[in-house]
Amino acid sequence: MRLSPFALASVLLIAGATSVSAASSEADFKAAYAAAEAANKEAGALRNQWTVTAAALAAAKKAADSGDFDKAVAQSKEAEALAKASIFQASSEKEAWKALEIK
Amino acid sequence: MRTVTYFASAALALAALAFGAVPPGGAADTPNPPAEAKAFRDFFTQKFSKLKLEDFVNGPYSMNEDMHRQWEEKEQFPPYEFSVDMGKEMFSKPFKNGKSYADCFPNQGIGIRQNYPYFDDKEGKVVTLELALNRCREANGEAPFSYVKDEMAALTAYMTFTSRGKPFDIKIPDDPRALEAYQNGKRYFYTRRGQLNFSCATCHVQSPGERIRAEVLAPALGILNAMPIYRSEWSGMGTTSRRFTTCNSQIRGVPLEPQAEEYRDLEYYLSYVSNGLPISGPGARP
Repeated sequence: MRLSPFALASVLLIAGATSVSAASSEADFKAAYAAAEAANKEAGALRNQWTVTAAALAAAKKAADSGDFDKAVAQSKEAEALAKASIFQASSEKEAWKALEIK
Repeated sequence: MRTVTYFASAALALAALAFGAVPPGGAADTPNPPAEAKAFRDFFTQKFSKLKLEDFVNGPYSMNEDMHRQWEEKEQFPPYEFSVDMGKEMFSKPFKNGKSYADCFPNQGIGIRQNYPYFDDKEGKVVTLELALNRCREANGEAPFSYVKDEMAALTAYMTFTSRGKPFDIKIPDDPRALEAYQNGKRYFYTRRGQLNFSCATCHVQSPGERIRAEVLAPALGILNAMPIYRSEWSGMGTTSRRFTTCNSQIRGVPLEPQAEEYRDLEYYLSYVSNGLPISGPGARP
C-alpha cells in the first residue's frame, strides 16, 4: 500500500496533535502549582492578594488529590494568571490612586 | 566655537540640576490635612446640597426620605441596645486583678470616643479604640477579644454611646510620622484592590446614594461616626474592623488582619476628614 503525501501528512498531524493533548501528569501539576503559589506569595508581600486566587489554588489541589491532573493544571494556571493580575494592580495603583483623590 | 559648546553644556547641566532639585509633583505630594479635609467636606456638601452637615453621620439613612423614615422607626427600638447594655456591664466589671477598663483611659473612659484614633508619639503609630481596649485587657492579664464583633462591639458600643453628639476631634500632631500615617490611610482609601478593582472611594465617594445590589451606599463623610453598628445583613453587631475586612472581601480582596497598620491608618484618615461631625454611634444599618 502506498500513502499519498497528503495522507502521510495527515497521519503525522494527527499523531502530533495527540501528543500535544496528552493528559497532564502529576509533575505538570506540581510545576504549575508552584508557579501559581510563588506569584500569589509575591502578591501577599504587596498586601494585595485576591480571594479568587486562593479559591483557584484550592480547586487545583482538590483536583490533584482526586487524580484529575488536567483540571489541576488548568486551575493552577488560572490561579497564576489571577495572582499576576493582582501584582499588576498593586504596582499600577502605586501612582494611579492619586487620580481618584478629592482635591 | 569650543567655548560656545562648553557654555552650552554648562547651561544644560545647570538646568538639569535645577529641575532635578525640585522633582515634578514633589510639592504636590506633600499632604495638607486641613485643606484636604475641607475639600473632602465641600465635595459631599455640594453633591448633597440639601443635606444638613450633621446628617451625613446617618449614612444611607441620610440619602433619601424613605430611608430616613426607616431609620427613625428603627431608633424607636434600636437593635444595638442589647450591645450597649452588655458593654456597660462588661465595662464596670473589674478584671481579676481588681483594676478595670476605666483605669486605662482618660476621664475613666467616659465621653472620649471622639478622640480615637489618636497618634501615639511614643510608639510612632496610630492607636484605635479597639486596639486600646485589647491592650488594656492584656496589660491587666486578660486575654484579648476578637476585634470584629461580640464583646469588642459591645465595649465600643457603650463607650461610643457615652460620646454621642460630641464632634470628632482627631489631631495630627506636628510629627512627620503622624503625617505619614495620615497619608498612608488616604492612599489605602483611594487604592483600587480586589478582583473587582474597587477602592473604598469607588463606593463611598463616587457612588454614595446609589444602590449596589439592594444596599444604598453611604457617603464617606461621617462614615465612622456611627461605628460600631448593628447590621441586619450580619444579624448582629460589627466593629470598624469588621466593616473594613468585609469591604475587602466583598470586592474579592483577601482582607488584612484586623487592626493591621493599614487599617489603623485608614481609620485615622477617615476620622480626621470627618472632624467636627458628631459621634452618632452605635448605629444601625440595613
